[in-house]
Amino acid sequence: MNDPAAAVEPGADVHEHAGIGDPNAHHHSPEHILKEMRTYLVVFVSLAALTAITVFAFYQLKTYPLKIAITVALIIATIKGFLVAGFFMHLLSEKKVIYAVLIITVIFFIFLMALPVSHHANPFGS
Amino acid sequence: MEAHAHASVGHAELEIPYNVHPRPDTGVYNGKLGIWLFLASEVMLFGALFSSLILLRTGAESWPRGYEFLNIKLATFNTFILILSSVTVVMAWSHLRLGNLKKGRIYISATVLCALIFLTAKGFEYSHEFHEGRFPKTNNFLGIYFTMTGLHGLHILGGVIVFLYFLGPGAKMWAKEPERYTNRIEIVGLYWHFVDLVWIFLFPILYLM
Repeated sequence: MNDPAAAVEPGADVHEHAGIGDPNAHHHSPEHILKEMRTYLVVFVSLAALTAITVFAFYQLKTYPLKIAITVALIIATIKGFLVAGFFMHLLSEKKVIYAVLIITVIFFIFLMALPVSHHANPFGS
Repeated sequence: MEAHAHASVGHAELEIPYNVHPRPDTGVYNGKLGIWLFLASEVMLFGALFSSLILLRTGAESWPRGYEFLNIKLATFNTFILILSSVTVVMAWSHLRLGNLKKGRIYISATVLCALIFLTAKGFEYSHEFHEGRFPKTNNFLGIYFTMTGLHGLHILGGVIVFLYFLGPGAKMWAKEPERYTNRIEIVGLYWHFVDLVWIFLFPILYLM
């Protein structure tokens, strides 16, 4: 049985399949994993800061036209979404098959979002 | 090699292929591709509700503003909690990759704790709304608000159940197949980040607009 608290030797490949000849071997090294963990903490601080900015901007823009408030809130939310998807879900360095799945999803999602807008642009029966 | 599923005579156990190592053609292990396909369907599920919200809002003569009666402070707190839980789950996965089950389980427990805090806060919010006589049937805004946050809450609850499984009976897998266990936490983590992602958009759209 593996020792739960066992520390790995620096420089050792954690996953046995990530050995010589594996182009992603460096992704499994303890150094790389520790570097990733530091990145996660930076992303966390960024997300927390962006959440605070969202609420701050909301109170500042309360008296402004709604379109401005919506635009600012959605831009900040999109940046936060990018950070979560890019770093926590590792979409910045994912395999092509995952991108293929997501591209199809995004196309259908855009279509879904466009439906109510097109309805109001050209409502049925008008 | 795990590449071949085998169920020969006298050997009833079926080995599921590529649940640890990547498939040569996709480059990812099967579970990972599976969760992404599931998340794609989840995008369409929540997308349909976001689409409904746009339709209801743009078609309404007047639309209640969430910030006028919803608890923004509690929702902001919940946003921080959910972001924190996203970090704890990737930290759990990282520690498991380093071979440290003890720290992995501590971070998974922290994730569960964050999730329970989120659900408790949401419970207080719902309780307050009901006490004030605001129900899903009251108007379209509250209808879509309770539907979207309720569905999101159910996803949180689902995640908690899965995390508790991997803290409890599911953790036995670590003894024989630590890599497979680690991959499973990665898969649950991807689901969890998606749930966080949905809340990142729900928060400003329902509470601040």
